[in-house]
Amino acid sequence: MVTLTINGQEHELDVPDQMPLLWAIRDVVQLTGTKFGCGMSLCGACTVHLDGEAIRSCVTPVSQAEGKSVTTIEAMSDDEVGRRVQQAWLDLGVAQCGYCQGGQIMSATALLKEHETPDDEQIMDAMGGNLCRCGTYNRIRQAIHRAAEQGEDQA
Amino acid sequence: MNRLRDDLMLANVSRRHVLKGLAASGALVIAARWDWALADEEAAYGAEAMPHGWVDDPNVFIRIDEDGTVTVTNHRAEMGQGIRTSLVMVAADELGADWDRVRVDQAPGDEEKYGNQNTDGSRSMRHWFDPMRRAAAAARTMLEQAAAEQWEVPVSECRAGVHVVVHEPSGRESGFGELAAAASQRAVPERDSLSLKPREEWRYIGQETGPSQHAEGDEVERPLAIDGEDIVTGTAVYGADVHFDDMLYAVVARPPVYGATVASVDDSEAMGVPGVVRVVQIEGTGQPAAFEPLGGVAVVAENTWAAIQGRDALSIEWDNEPAGDNAAYDSESYREALEAAAESAGKVIRDEGDIETALADAETNLTATYYMPHMAQAPMEPPVAIVRLVDGKAEVWAPVQNPQATREGVAERLGLDFADVTVNVTLLGGGFGRKSKPDFVLEAASLTGEFDGRPVRVQWTREDDLHHAYFHAVSVDRLEAALDSEGRAQGWRHRTLSPSIGSLFAPDPEHKGDFELGMGFNTMPFDIPAIRLENPEASAHVRIGWFRSVYNLPHAYAIQSFAAEMAAQAGRDHRDYLLELLGPARRIDPREIDERWNYGENPERYPIDIGRMRAVIEKATEEAGWGRELPEGRGLGLAFHHSFASYTAVVLDVEVEDDGNLIVHNADMAFDCGPQVNPERIRAQLEGSCVMGIGIALHSEITASEGKIEQNNFHQFEIPRMPHAPRAMRVHLINDDPDVAMGGVGEPGLPPVAPALCNAVYAATGKRIRRLPIADQLAS
Repeated sequence: MVTLTINGQEHELDVPDQMPLLWAIRDVVQLTGTKFGCGMSLCGACTVHLDGEAIRSCVTPVSQAEGKSVTTIEAMSDDEVGRRVQQAWLDLGVAQCGYCQGGQIMSATALLKEHETPDDEQIMDAMGGNLCRCGTYNRIRQAIHRAAEQGEDQA
Repeated sequence: MNRLRDDLMLANVSRRHVLKGLAASGALVIAARWDWALADEEAAYGAEAMPHGWVDDPNVFIRIDEDGTVTVTNHRAEMGQGIRTSLVMVAADELGADWDRVRVDQAPGDEEKYGNQNTDGSRSMRHWFDPMRRAAAAARTMLEQAAAEQWEVPVSECRAGVHVVVHEPSGRESGFGELAAAASQRAVPERDSLSLKPREEWRYIGQETGPSQHAEGDEVERPLAIDGEDIVTGTAVYGADVHFDDMLYAVVARPPVYGATVASVDDSEAMGVPGVVRVVQIEGTGQPAAFEPLGGVAVVAENTWAAIQGRDALSIEWDNEPAGDNAAYDSESYREALEAAAESAGKVIRDEGDIETALADAETNLTATYYMPHMAQAPMEPPVAIVRLVDGKAEVWAPVQNPQATREGVAERLGLDFADVTVNVTLLGGGFGRKSKPDFVLEAASLTGEFDGRPVRVQWTREDDLHHAYFHAVSVDRLEAALDSEGRAQGWRHRTLSPSIGSLFAPDPEHKGDFELGMGFNTMPFDIPAIRLENPEASAHVRIGWFRSVYNLPHAYAIQSFAAEMAAQAGRDHRDYLLELLGPARRIDPREIDERWNYGENPERYPIDIGRMRAVIEKATEEAGWGRELPEGRGLGLAFHHSFASYTAVVLDVEVEDDGNLIVHNADMAFDCGPQVNPERIRAQLEGSCVMGIGIALHSEITASEGKIEQNNFHQFEIPRMPHAPRAMRVHLINDDPDVAMGGVGEPGLPPVAPALCNAVYAATGKRIRRLPIADQLAS
């Protein structure tokens, strides 16, 4: 048995220790906003926060998440920075197919918690691991700047 | 051309729909479906030429509930192009609906009812703008008629406003919801009697969408993207997000070589993996594979991870005998073979003037051979499908571009009637042509009968997706030009060699078909006295299939690169030279140049328009500051292309650093698709095309050795990341003219991007890129 805290809720899961967190979240807990894209930490579609840090759940065994707090895209609306990022995404019409965007928003939110007003280089560094086959990168970059600016407005 | 026939009968069949339980009584269900028979029609174009054609029956697409909620049924696949928003904009506008009270329903696969649903070829809006407007106009008319009857006034005095019908002389109003029941009892008006809203009354069509464009004090109502909120909150439902408590999870080991079969399998270790339920063989259908499964061994488990681990534990011997020479396929030697074959003549596709004399008499002859490799569509959502079979009825949940083909395939594989197969179309996490082929759904269908009605999900991994894509055809294009003493082109010979998509469905034709040649090869628009186009043989050794823009990619890459080489040879400015090659603005009837396909469109409505080509070139270069001074190591590159009835020109501003690293500083894209329904989404498609095109130029390549694909995941098949995207990107939309025939949007932006990038590399470094991807060619 593995005990996971996901979005503030505890889950007792009967899964092997080595099962990647991604599959525990998707198949067992049935939170499907976290996506499978590569299984090798190459695309970022599976990005979640582990104690606030953006990690790739497809290569993180559930055992590594025990005793830590897992946050998924489903909880971002309740996060002040996360909601600001989501709104910026909507404002700029970032998404096309949208499949990767949950992971993009998780990475962007973690970035903004670390750097309140990141510059383009910091954005490219932080977001370089998140693939988007639709090619929405320019709007993602603009949306991160927009979310940062709106955070400043509120401060 | 005219589909309207006097003997077509319209019938209000709302009763039937109520009986079928499709709508509560009181809802406006204006049901009619005209079964047009077309046998005596000479030629069909556009939507009319598609399987099951078009439907403009309001009952099929529009429902109004008593509370005023308007539900529009979208029957096209949503894969990021925004069709669920854009088609609803069309219907809501023509109906007079308030955007905040409009919902969208996704239609299952049923072309008998909805008309053609195959979402590819950049056709959704091109084919459905008019039928959707007519459907909504018919519903609006019925609401007006219902109001007139209720108020006992002439219908001519009643007019639909925003979600209400108004009696103009008295100012009396009634909401759409209040009128819905009465309207549903009325006959559907004759198509000829409908009046469509004039452009000046449009409230959504052609308007910017989304809150970003809301200027302060802006009073124009602008629709929000239908799925936006669901996407950013992680609640949007893609293929793998459909869940059933008793669902089983499968992954499949497929033959590494196209056409190979399972010789033997040892599943003892796999069965020992906790969670694995069963190991099942899937029969393939051999070559040509069409949309059928490749066959192989499925591991079925209680969760995806167990299935993946179980597959890793399989020990399988493959039999390569049925694969024939596919087992020896080596993409590097294949490239060399095609390049050698390009030295000899091939099947003549177009022949004007005397090419041999032109080449012999030339002051300068220029020759270049270009190569574009296989690529995989690699949508971020790998193929996935769920099928459940209960009591002889199958239900499918899958991200498919072609739900009708899916339904037919599942019915055939399971020996069911179409009526017993339901295909529910989820959101697609990208398509790009991959999900036009429902092989992955048929795998799930093959397994579903084994598990007593438990739904089975087949999940492809990224490795599966790259190994078993329907690959973009590898292509060799050899071009020769005869230039006179002034550098003007007097002769043009182009040989193109690629395996054909035809090989997927029939014995390998070894030549490109009309629809492949028509993608920018025989439509080559230059005004040159001697033109000779040839297509030598090339055979297929992997599954070849549609990839966004398809054969336009290599054709545009070769032609647009070569035109730049000619300009350089002539010592001329590339833009000026291109405009000269095109000659004056004029319209070419495709039939005059033996072009028989024309994207399925009427050659009279959709001529090849040289003026529109010139206009996009002029716009893109003007906006990009063509001719401006740039620092050392930096250059502007230009290319244009005409495809899917639209026109695109691209200028990229590229810097090549000393280590070969490449930065795209600016992108200016000029695009003309004629009338623009949702300009914001059109720009988004063009931006995405730009990024994908940069990836095609820089690093996207699939190779094969001994018949096996060599790339396993995104570290080997690279697609663009944020640093590869242009630092600044501007899309310039022109020619939003309602009198122009509407063009496509999803694909036509892509073909000119890679050649524009290569031309920019030449401007920056003097190096010609004749082989894609660039990879490390710039590192020196």
